[in-house]
Amino acid sequence: MLKINALHKSYKIGDSSLHVLKGIDLSVEEGEMVAIMGSSGSGKSTLLNIIGMLDVADTGEYILDGLPIDNLTEKKAAVYRNKFLGFIFQSFNLINYKNALENVALPLYYQGLNRKKRQELGMFHLEKVGLADWSDHLPKELSGGQKQRVAIARALAANPKLLLADEPTGALDTKTSYEIMEFIQQLNDEGKTILMVTHEEDIANMCKRIVRLRDGVIMEDKKVTQVRASAHV
Amino acid sequence: MFRFLFDRDTWQEVFDSFSKNKLRSILTMVGVWWGVLLLIGLLGSARGLENSFNRLFGDFATNSVFIWGQNTRKPFKGFQEGRRVRLTLTDVKKVEENVEGIEFVVPRNQRTAKMDRKFLSGNFSVAGDLPLLDKVQKKKLKHGRFINETDIQTKRKVAVISEDIYKQLFEKDEKAVGEYMLINGINFKVIGIFKTSNVSMGPSSDVHIPFSTFQQIFNQGDRIGWIMVTGKPEYSIKQIESDAKLLLKNLNRIHPDDKRAFGSFNLGGEFAKVTGFLTGMQFLTWFVGIATLIAGVFAIGNILLITVKERTKEIGVRRALGATPFEIKRQIVVEAVFLTIIAGLLGIISGGWILILLNHFAGQGAEAVIVNPSVSIIVVFIALIILVILGTLIGLIPAFKATSVKPIEALREE
Repeated sequence: MLKINALHKSYKIGDSSLHVLKGIDLSVEEGEMVAIMGSSGSGKSTLLNIIGMLDVADTGEYILDGLPIDNLTEKKAAVYRNKFLGFIFQSFNLINYKNALENVALPLYYQGLNRKKRQELGMFHLEKVGLADWSDHLPKELSGGQKQRVAIARALAANPKLLLADEPTGALDTKTSYEIMEFIQQLNDEGKTILMVTHEEDIANMCKRIVRLRDGVIMEDKKVTQVRASAHV
Repeated sequence: MFRFLFDRDTWQEVFDSFSKNKLRSILTMVGVWWGVLLLIGLLGSARGLENSFNRLFGDFATNSVFIWGQNTRKPFKGFQEGRRVRLTLTDVKKVEENVEGIEFVVPRNQRTAKMDRKFLSGNFSVAGDLPLLDKVQKKKLKHGRFINETDIQTKRKVAVISEDIYKQLFEKDEKAVGEYMLINGINFKVIGIFKTSNVSMGPSSDVHIPFSTFQQIFNQGDRIGWIMVTGKPEYSIKQIESDAKLLLKNLNRIHPDDKRAFGSFNLGGEFAKVTGFLTGMQFLTWFVGIATLIAGVFAIGNILLITVKERTKEIGVRRALGATPFEIKRQIVVEAVFLTIIAGLLGIISGGWILILLNHFAGQGAEAVIVNPSVSIIVVFIALIILVILGTLIGLIPAFKATSVKPIEALREE
């Protein structure tokens, strides 16, 4: 599904350069649910951004579903992101002047689908996250948990190969966090491959595999027994 | 490439970002709206003024100069200073024959006379005129006709009277043409009534009688009051004036440097001042209008730039969801052009209203300062095309700004 070899990334800060990723090797199989952990500055977000094609590695190999991701132009990256990836952000990143349904349908707009099709698919995914009745509400009229569910519906809308979540529960209280995690686990049960960055141990333990980063290298990569979120709710 | 313009979704996006940011969008549009309003309003008013001037001067040969005799101020060839100078018909003929670029030379006589009609009477100015006068100073006749060649040859006692005299000497709605009235006790037949003009070129006359008749009844001989010299359009009336004056000085044995022997009034010069003023005003209007328009479009660009800055994160999200840089740029340019055109159209409409109001309040009646203030449809189209071009160009700045930020940085923005 996902294969990364000897990935290096450094940032220029003034005259000096900061080596953030120092040779990452990682491969993720289809249907896995991986938590990437590490303290701040460990490079976990950078890794996720490179996997999400929002950033490019200096050297190294990145193969997504058999497709080598290199020589990315902005346009190519945009098309790949749209086709292959679904993003879930910590701060939801819904567009505040669009209602829930329009937000969910946005990736489909950039896929060039017609309006009717977009409405249908958008509604289908809103139903899936249990917010069909809220379809015409603006983000500000929704609670944090509801917003994240809309964001998840949006990430799912384009039927991506891989879901990328950057601290998906970072802005939520514990109870809501577990509800969201329960939902993400459900998606994984249905076969979606999920990659999430988190620094919360309990959230990480709800995944099936934990990859720990420190100073740009993988310290530990282990499978764990998944804690079901439903047990906590 | 332009298929997106017919795509409902493009406009849905424009409409969304417009309606969700109403105040900002409206403020943005005010600049362009104001610019177009000014352009249309000023151009229309300038056209209205021009029309009113044309209406006022339309009946006159404006390339004209009046010349009359005064008293000499320099002794010359044995003549003392202070000699009274009188122009004669011989002078008229000589000027006509010898000065270059002359179209007409019209001799004129005028004096005050008592007029009676039944029990009504009054003192009015009466002028002896040739049919030629009608060519350089068009008389608007309400009834009847002007003096003709036969009137001159047979020294007929006929009179063309002004509307004012008709009102004073005749009963209301009374038929005047064909009736008789007394001028200094002599019976004259009224052959026409003319409308009084708004502007007078030289002294105004209430009654016109044939030139020859005037000579006879006032015992005028060959002497005339003044001449009206009209130049051909391609000749400078200033030059004609000085040529004619020099010739007249020679003919009347006056010192060539005597500046007071002849008086004159150069209508062409006065008229040139007015038309020059109008041209200047039109230029100023275009300049102010276009400058305001550009300022307005820049305001749109400026606000869109701020908008783009505010929407950095939104744009980052859109790009993460798969919007290509081109799609983002296109959307922002479409928004800019859309705002510019809507503002421009509103400006054209409200500018039109202003012209309607101007026409309503200042454009009615014969005395109107502004006549039919209007802007040609071509000007409107040119303004719209300029707006589209400027809108596109100015939209490109925020568009490139929007995609110059990497999506990852845009997403980090708070």
